[in-house]
Amino acid sequence: MRIGLFATCLGDTLFPDAVRSTAILLTRLGHEVVFPPGQTCCGQMHINTGYQREPVPLVRDFAEQFGDTSIEAVVMPSGSCAGSVRHQHATVADRYGDSALRAGVATVAAKTYELSELLVDVLGVTGVGAYFPHRVTYHPTCHSLRMLRVGDRPLRLLRAVDSIDLVELPGADSCCGFGGTFALKNAETSTAMLHDKLDSIATTGAEVCTAGDSSCLMHIGGGLSRIRSGTRTLHLARILAATRTTPDVLTEAAA
Amino acid sequence: MSTFLGMPARPPRSPYGTGNLRGDEAFPRAAHHELGNGQLRRNLGRATTTIRAKRLDVTGELPDWEALRDAGSAIKTDAMNRLPELLEQLEHKVTEHGGTVHWARDSAEANEIVARLVKATGSSEVIKVKSMATQEIGLNEHLESVGITPYETDLAELIVQLAHDRPSHILVPAIHRNRDEIRQIFLDRIPGVDPELDNVPAHLAAAARAYLRQKFMTTKVAVSGANFGIAETGTLSVVESEGNGRMCLTLPDTLITVMGIEKVLPRYQDLEVFLQLLPRSSTGERMNPYTSLWTGVTPGDGPQGFHLVLLDNGRTAALADAIGRAALNCIRCSACLNVCPVYERTGGHAYGSTYPGPIGAVLTPQLAGMHAAADDPNSSLPYASSLCGACFDACPVKIDIPSLLVELRHQHTEQTGTTPEKLAMKAAATVMKRPALYRGAQKAAGLGRAVAGRDGTISRLPPPFSGWSDSRDTAAPPRQTFRAWFASDEGRAALRAAADEHDRGRTREEPDRSQDESDRSRAEDHRNHGEDGTA
Ligand code: SF4
Repeated sequence: MRIGLFATCLGDTLFPDAVRSTAILLTRLGHEVVFPPGQTCCGQMHINTGYQREPVPLVRDFAEQFGDTSIEAVVMPSGSCAGSVRHQHATVADRYGDSALRAGVATVAAKTYELSELLVDVLGVTGVGAYFPHRVTYHPTCHSLRMLRVGDRPLRLLRAVDSIDLVELPGADSCCGFGGTFALKNAETSTAMLHDKLDSIATTGAEVCTAGDSSCLMHIGGGLSRIRSGTRTLHLARILAATRTTPDVLTEAAA
Repeated sequence: MSTFLGMPARPPRSPYGTGNLRGDEAFPRAAHHELGNGQLRRNLGRATTTIRAKRLDVTGELPDWEALRDAGSAIKTDAMNRLPELLEQLEHKVTEHGGTVHWARDSAEANEIVARLVKATGSSEVIKVKSMATQEIGLNEHLESVGITPYETDLAELIVQLAHDRPSHILVPAIHRNRDEIRQIFLDRIPGVDPELDNVPAHLAAAARAYLRQKFMTTKVAVSGANFGIAETGTLSVVESEGNGRMCLTLPDTLITVMGIEKVLPRYQDLEVFLQLLPRSSTGERMNPYTSLWTGVTPGDGPQGFHLVLLDNGRTAALADAIGRAALNCIRCSACLNVCPVYERTGGHAYGSTYPGPIGAVLTPQLAGMHAAADDPNSSLPYASSLCGACFDACPVKIDIPSLLVELRHQHTEQTGTTPEKLAMKAAATVMKRPALYRGAQKAAGLGRAVAGRDGTISRLPPPFSGWSDSRDTAAPPRQTFRAWFASDEGRAALRAAADEHDRGRTREEPDRSQDESDRSRAEDHRNHGEDGTA
């Protein structure tokens, strides 16, 4: 399958490892990964902060970059960006766009998937041949959980990983407190939520906390680092891309 | 936008500064005080956790819960769409049954009407049934200012009133208090209370009961709110847990009900849906203990004078707006508060309004406006959410609160003119729509490596990011962006290796792979697949 990869602005710039793992994983599963080079940002940060006029060009670019009919599916290693493309781009296009933009947005939204959705629903795989001999706990990010309804897809993928020790995260579905600019505008409340999440993670004794969103992991990982926790964060894509032959993402990342 | 003759293009909102629809300070500052209160956070955490679990139990046991939610949503939407017609029908029916209907545009009018009606009875005291509408308009304060003493009879509301405190939850106004605090409040404020009173809930309740009973027996006028008003029959309804409301609704000579105009339901049979949705969503009970229904006056039984005050106070303004209209569907069950991670940490006072929590963050600015230029605390409310969506999942009438918050944020930024934030957002969008500029910005971000410590993390960021770095480290930006890697020899080699691995794997793991392929439906896949193989 020819799959358009959207790196997301955060993934491209700050967390390229998660995007790289996504590209490698899909290629290893036998798919052609294309990266439209004009892509930048889905505009989610703008929209969620209350700006719908400003991201119109971003929404238009996204529809154009991925509108190519030879791209059968669009994937991104981010539940919140997938949610924005699927649900918010239409709002922006309806408000400020012409009929061409509205149509373009609808076409692209219909073939847009977050990574676990693409793997399980479109590509029909849960066992991706990954090997990850570590204790892992999974935090379902709010937008994956409630905007996309990914359900247990990420967990099914993780359960199929060879040698993984998957432990349940207590209070998994409570928000970690990130919320984009919420973490800045309401930093103290965000921190209170983060600390409860860090406490839950601590009870699992996991080496790794994983999730499908680099943004939430940036927040959780930043908190873990600050309290000098032994647990670190790793995007779901990186666990799924780890194999016996290219095993050691943990040491590689630490290097 | 077209304007009909005599119809204002924008209906008025609740006037600035009257009633209880606006706090003194913006949410982050108000939350700061509450976040520092460990006792409050423990009380709230415990209470919301318990009630969340109860709610999940009793909603989970109903096989048609989702259908009920849909029905509730549909009935409310229908009611909002023909509100004027339904209100006229309600007025007609109430009048037909011997009641009197009054219309109040805002809190000042409503307060005056109620005070006038109470004075006309000659009484200088009223007993009150717990009511959000009278909280909203600040009725107690107004009555006191004209020499009428209101007595709250809901136990939690009584605690709040005795403590000269403000409610912090729609349903459990004293949720922020524990029993030791309540004992102390009773000892301090209830005249003649047993000084030996301990903190056993039953004993506390008994002390309140003895105090209230005397009020029930002697007070001639009651003021209530209403959970529902039925247009078809003119019936009003209050649902409650303690029975104190029923005492107020039946014992006095005169009953005055203040009802927000959005509480109207078209038909009597609609109650069937809401009397299931409301208690399960609010207290996690299958049925609330007391449901009172009354229609006008019945000679020789119950209050012989009945007044219904229909309160607008910004509701028609909300109705004229797509967001506001959706928010008016709220039945004040408080489920969204109980699941909200922000509410759980900050409590209700941080919202500054009678309506706290997620729905309050939507409803309050709708009713009373966001006067951005005046640094209105209300304009901070739409941002008091991480948009986690738990409220949407919990809401029995399926109000999409996160989307409404995002829309309100948009309204706010459209109204505020140019701000530093808006300029930054514009600049960011400009950079992001131009790939060349974007790559430049990515390079600049990469310079952040320079300020990282030896462990590759940044622990201090400049404003406006300092709130972030107070509690979180930031990983240093990587050496290479994804797009640079993808275009590099290294990236190409890595992807080629992955493709080779696939080709080798195909022969080795044939059964697994063919399973994957059979799951795929599109014939196109195979074409691309073949091309990959030959490339
Ligand atoms: S918005 Fe929904 S969940 Fe919240 S109080 Fe209203 S009806 Fe209940």
